[in-house]
Amino acid sequence: MEGLISLAVKAIFVENLALSFFLGMCTFIAVSKKISTALGLGISVMLVQAITVPANNLLLSYLLKPGALAWAGFPDVDLTFLGLISYIGVIAAMVQILEMILDKYFPPLYNALGIFLPLITVNCAILGGSLFMVERDYNFAEAATYGLSSGFGWALAITAMAGVREKLKYSDIPDGLQGLGITFITAGLMAMAFMSFSGVKL
Amino acid sequence: MSQTRKEMLVDPLVDNNPITLQVLGICSALAVTSSLQVAFVMALAVTFVTAFSSMFISMLRNQIPSSIRIIVQMVIIASLVILVDQVLKAYAFEISKTLSVFVGLIITNCIVMGRAEAFAMKNPPLDSFIDGLGNGMGYGLILMLVGIVRELFGSGSLFGVTILQTVNNGGWYVPNGLLLLPPSAFFIIGLIIWAFRTWKPNQVEEREYKIQQVEAH
Repeated sequence: MEGLISLAVKAIFVENLALSFFLGMCTFIAVSKKISTALGLGISVMLVQAITVPANNLLLSYLLKPGALAWAGFPDVDLTFLGLISYIGVIAAMVQILEMILDKYFPPLYNALGIFLPLITVNCAILGGSLFMVERDYNFAEAATYGLSSGFGWALAITAMAGVREKLKYSDIPDGLQGLGITFITAGLMAMAFMSFSGVKL
Repeated sequence: MSQTRKEMLVDPLVDNNPITLQVLGICSALAVTSSLQVAFVMALAVTFVTAFSSMFISMLRNQIPSSIRIIVQMVIIASLVILVDQVLKAYAFEISKTLSVFVGLIITNCIVMGRAEAFAMKNPPLDSFIDGLGNGMGYGLILMLVGIVRELFGSGSLFGVTILQTVNNGGWYVPNGLLLLPPSAFFIIGLIIWAFRTWKPNQVEEREYKIQQVEAH
């Protein structure tokens, strides 16, 4: 249990997907103009991340790993090279299913998050989370924790960024830096702030 | 065809650069640039994937039903990325270890999808190939610029060859450790954007709020 908590804290602060691995940057920059939209997108990412990382973990351990197909009578088969294509398939399918479930059973939530869901399939934070899970060899419990907390970290980062940008639009910025340029520099300063967590150990 | 093929190739380098103007594919641009060699391999990989995925998607463009086009594009791109990944693992294992998840993330690199959707679905294969190549190179250009700054001033070398002898090795140069850490990439790209937009003022974004308009005397 302690291991899982420390994993969660690490995924939220120290190894923040957005600010220390630069994942999901395209949406991070594009959708961080208003706090309300940023929060909506952040929550959707967290939701999808919390579902897809454990789902891909199951896929990896029961279908793709060397020897994983032993239950079907093929102990020598190694399908890891199919990893990338299956993870992205799972992600696209999960997003689609989530969209349909929300539409049917939680219409208010669907109306609030609906426009962000299709964007999420191509958000690198989602695929990145699954790939980190594979690379670090997490078991199912770790994968579930990692999915939820890394999604939370991303949501935290984009909401904070939107807060900064809402104030920033009233400031006098040199022409060339207007818009994209100053956003990058702000993100850099935020990344530096998040780096100060890197000494924290639990 | 309004653009000549040469324009198609050169245009994305500065005038219509995918990173600084279209804000696409920034994720990996920032993460893999702490050394030039890795940035170079990444630039090659992305150029390869963009060029060929554009070409294949363009070849199939009349057969793909538009309702499932995203998934068809995704499958083509993912297959090419798997190819790159396997080649890197076989012939450049060290680099593929450093790139870690970022090779896989070429799949979700918006440049690849963006060109497939915006250009390859409407144009013949050869043009799409050239357009993909151009955009891949525009991406590579920024990657290499950031890579040069970060490696030269962060560890005093280029492509692993020592240029500035660092203090640790008995030289004179005190390396700037910040440049090897993630935040520096944000600053460098921000500054590159500033430089590009000062050079080409028509790329400057409109202000949302005008602070004060003072008449020039």
